[in-house]
Amino acid sequence: MTVLTVNGKEHSINGDPNTPLLYVLRNDLKLNGAKFGCGLGQCGACTVLVDHQPVYSCLLPISVLEGRQITTLEGLGKNGEPSPLQRAFIEEQAAQCGYCIPGMIMRAQGLLNRKAAPSDAEIRAYMQPNLCRCGTHMRILRAIRRAVKDMRTARAEPVR
Amino acid sequence: MVWRILIGVIVVIAVAFGTFYAWAWRGEIPPLQAHDASSFDPSIVARGAQLAAVASCDVCHTKAGGKPYAGGYPVKTPFGTIYGPNVTPDRETGIGTWSAVAFRRAMREGVTRKGQHLYPAFPYDHFTYATDSDINAIYAFIMTREPVRQANRPPDIVFPLNIRLFAAGWKLLFLHRGPYRNEADKDDSWARGAYLTVSLGHCGACHTPRNKFGVEEQNRAFDGGEGEGWRAPPLNENSRAPVPWTADAMFNYLRHGYDTVHGHTAGPMANVAHNLSKASEKDVRAIATYVTSLSGARAGAANPESIKTAVTAASKLTAPAYGGTPAHQTTGSAAGKDSLGAKIFTGACVTCHHSGGGLPVSRPIDLGLSTVINEDDPTNLLHIILTGIHPLPGRAGRIMPGFEGALTDAQVVALADYLRTRFSHRPHWNTVAGALAKIRHQRQTAATEAPQ
Repeated sequence: MTVLTVNGKEHSINGDPNTPLLYVLRNDLKLNGAKFGCGLGQCGACTVLVDHQPVYSCLLPISVLEGRQITTLEGLGKNGEPSPLQRAFIEEQAAQCGYCIPGMIMRAQGLLNRKAAPSDAEIRAYMQPNLCRCGTHMRILRAIRRAVKDMRTARAEPVR
Repeated sequence: MVWRILIGVIVVIAVAFGTFYAWAWRGEIPPLQAHDASSFDPSIVARGAQLAAVASCDVCHTKAGGKPYAGGYPVKTPFGTIYGPNVTPDRETGIGTWSAVAFRRAMREGVTRKGQHLYPAFPYDHFTYATDSDINAIYAFIMTREPVRQANRPPDIVFPLNIRLFAAGWKLLFLHRGPYRNEADKDDSWARGAYLTVSLGHCGACHTPRNKFGVEEQNRAFDGGEGEGWRAPPLNENSRAPVPWTADAMFNYLRHGYDTVHGHTAGPMANVAHNLSKASEKDVRAIATYVTSLSGARAGAANPESIKTAVTAASKLTAPAYGGTPAHQTTGSAAGKDSLGAKIFTGACVTCHHSGGGLPVSRPIDLGLSTVINEDDPTNLLHIILTGIHPLPGRAGRIMPGFEGALTDAQVVALADYLRTRFSHRPHWNTVAGALAKIRHQRQTAATEAPQ
């Protein structure tokens, strides 16, 4: 049995400890924010945070995650109460098909955890691993810039 | 009496210093009044571009995200950090006022146009062997680049080495001046390769160990050194490549950044391969011929049959697809199937690193063929586990993702121990935790340093 701490709550998982985190999140915990894209750590659709840093959940066995803080898209805001970053993605209409967006948001959150006001070059370099096939990159970048700005002003509190 | 001795000593010191100063003094070379980029012969400019690629000039003379050749790249040395200067033909901040004479003197003697001594982070100890015509071609290439106004950042060198005259003292003691002389009994390609490797290619700058004065130890040429926090593996008979290099494999590696038996370039070598993809193909073949010959008897013994045997032996160590049984399985050791390392490997690595089958992206080499797992030092393997392997600039696709945030220190150490035991016959590494701490520290510092 493996005990995982996801979005601040502990879950006991029965099953093969080699199971990738992504399968456990989606199949056992019904947290469907993270997506299966390639299963090879190439696209970033499965990105979640482990101890505040972005990781590919498709390539990470749950056996290495005991005692660590896992944050998924569902852990950022609540339904109807998006986090500042999620709200910025909504306001910039950064999703087209939307498949990459959970991973994009989690990677961007990883950057903001590390640096509150990254430069444009830093945002581009940090977001580089995550792929979007619709081509909404400019909107995604705008959303992250907006979130940076919002978090420095009163708009940081969640909207209802 | 005591006074006379003291005065004598002072006089001797003064005379010695005066002589050294006179030796070290370099005059200013008059500035070019103007230069006309269109005056250079295009074929010489093109040749210069290929030679500048062999020398990888852009690596140290371009900062991350900066304009090409405009400088600012931090070259870290044990004595402090030196920032590659602007070498675009800007008259104020670059080398737009430099004549060909001044450029040749800089390449050969490490002296600026104004006569200031340069630190040997600029590999003039190699460039000194380059021919006039090759240096002139690079000059033509550089002087026809876009001028960029970007002020140079002064070096952060520890006192007293920050006094430039120390660079002159270093040269007096350690700099051997060219021209380069070939061994006579070798064929043309080998000779050209030897010349390029030793001069413009400055391969020894990383692949030869340095002593405490930062001087390459010539009696241990190509015995492995360091570059940018990575190990530059030995190119001589101490190479740990499980399968001997051939000139063809070396050409693939240098030219395309990948060989089916030796895998991908990574770290600083990826930049070298990117540059060599723009060099003359003949020159890259020549370098491959020479560098392969450095491994002496190992290279001599390599033939298609022996390579095939070695590849088969190495791939026997390779992991089966998920759920299968490994070819050799020990228990209780770092390679035991219940070890932490084995679990991480099964969960995180086997998806790509199993034997057989295809992948939508590039196929990794069998880990039994991996040089980094067979090296004496785990540093390069740790770099790759943490940061992955990425395609050459402008090439398609991801290759290997890094596991920096995914694995804890203890997990990385367990994985490295497992890989070493499982895929190599070489002795256990005792230095993994220390090497890992060093890399994590380097990456932390790099992330917090304010970009300039």
